[in-house]
Amino acid sequence: MLESVLVANRGEIARRVIRTARAMGMRAVAVYSDADADLPHVREADEAVRIGPAQPARSYLDAAAIIDAARSAGAASVHPGYGFLAENADFARRVLAAGLTWVGPDPDAIEQMGDKIRARNLMERSGVPVAPGSREPVTDVAGALVEAGRIGYPVMVKAAAGGGGIGMGVAASEASLGTAFETARSRAARFFGSPEILIERYVERARHVEVQILGLADGRVVALGERDCSAQRRHQKVAEETPSPGVSPELRRRMLAAAVRAGEAVRYRGAGTVECLVDVAAGSFVFLEMNTRLQVEHPVTELVTGIDLVEQQFRVAAGEPPSFDPAAVRPSGHAIELRVYAEDPVRFLPAPGTITEWKEPSGQGIRVDSGYQAGNTVTPFYDPLLAKLCVHGADRGQAIARASDAVASFHITGPKTNLPFHADLLASPDFASGDYDTSLVSKLRPS
Amino acid sequence: MAEVRAEMVANVWKVVAAEGDHVDDGDTLVILESMKMEIPVVAEGPGVVTTMHVAEGDVVQEGDLIATIS
Repeated sequence: MLESVLVANRGEIARRVIRTARAMGMRAVAVYSDADADLPHVREADEAVRIGPAQPARSYLDAAAIIDAARSAGAASVHPGYGFLAENADFARRVLAAGLTWVGPDPDAIEQMGDKIRARNLMERSGVPVAPGSREPVTDVAGALVEAGRIGYPVMVKAAAGGGGIGMGVAASEASLGTAFETARSRAARFFGSPEILIERYVERARHVEVQILGLADGRVVALGERDCSAQRRHQKVAEETPSPGVSPELRRRMLAAAVRAGEAVRYRGAGTVECLVDVAAGSFVFLEMNTRLQVEHPVTELVTGIDLVEQQFRVAAGEPPSFDPAAVRPSGHAIELRVYAEDPVRFLPAPGTITEWKEPSGQGIRVDSGYQAGNTVTPFYDPLLAKLCVHGADRGQAIARASDAVASFHITGPKTNLPFHADLLASPDFASGDYDTSLVSKLRPS
Repeated sequence: MAEVRAEMVANVWKVVAAEGDHVDDGDTLVILESMKMEIPVVAEGPGVVTTMHVAEGDVVQEGDLIATIS
């Protein structure tokens, strides 16, 4: 077992990882920027190290500062959480070079999956379905027009090194391709340090469904069910559920098998997520990307399987077998996660501010992973996620009912939050029917 | 004369319009960044930018003056 871990993250995910680390008997070291000194994750760790000012580039993205913190605290391992440096192969290599255990996949696997074009090509060779798309980076508008013409409109234009929905745009025809390409390229360069662009066929009525995989220490890769993440605003998820109401048992079997093949293709170790688009009309799916880290919405998988995914990450990193029998995983019931963001519930614009009241719901089947408490200030420096409200029910109807009650009894005063949006989402006939796709949120909130 | 104000705490990422520029309804004046999101601040009517009150890298609070248009 690992003796200790430095959690190179903040907010709810830092808290989440610290909780399991301490339950396993590990010493947990938190890091924080000047903006986060008062957050709960700092207090709940055994030790906390200041790593720099509020700007992410000078704190949570500062690899040297984090490795120095791990050294000074005598941490045996580094857990990156998600975002920040979690999918940075160079950071993983530096952690390993410092003699620390990296709680994540091999840096080569991160690198292979981090380049979306390379990942697509590798998946295609490994027998995982991919959408028609570019096999080489697209570098200028003329090239984009040629590729899009070959692929067929509408197309999705996105950063090859990207993620989190940033810099993605749809072009319905040649007329809108130039703008979509230039926008994607400038954001790709700015946010991801690489202007390389990928163009793929855009599936109009699609569900976004992902498979949780776990690469075991002995080299086997297992799939732990899917999550439906079709409820999105600005190509970013706001609510997730498992099992997906839009995936038949037969489709699920094929998706899980493909996700295992994807993991095997990069000798994946630890927790990872294979994201797919499901074409509702055709009943088919294509590979979208693989996230080589713990996923934000991992709790819904934990709720239906009873497996602590962070515990499995630590076990794999330590070369130990999982805590469960991979042949005997039987998901039970239905789970929903609602991302509670500091943003206005109509236009979804960021709403930083000081929290004056924070009262979380509790009760049967309710789990709240939060990063804040009353008195904390939500600053503009980081993403707007305040908490993940997760519910488990015997079936989907019970999960929705519990989620609705929980939303009504979650009281946050200070910054605006999207809780009123979640109440509308849960009450909407489209969500209730289960028959929805990635256009769900824009139907509920036409701009 | 119209005053354009910040709707939230944010960093000024890009100043798009310059003093003296003629702008139309919907033209982007500056691009703010908050919580990993770019938020364009646009003119709500035609006019000339008489004063640009922010520079790139500034931090604005909710209600702060960004530009004056007349």
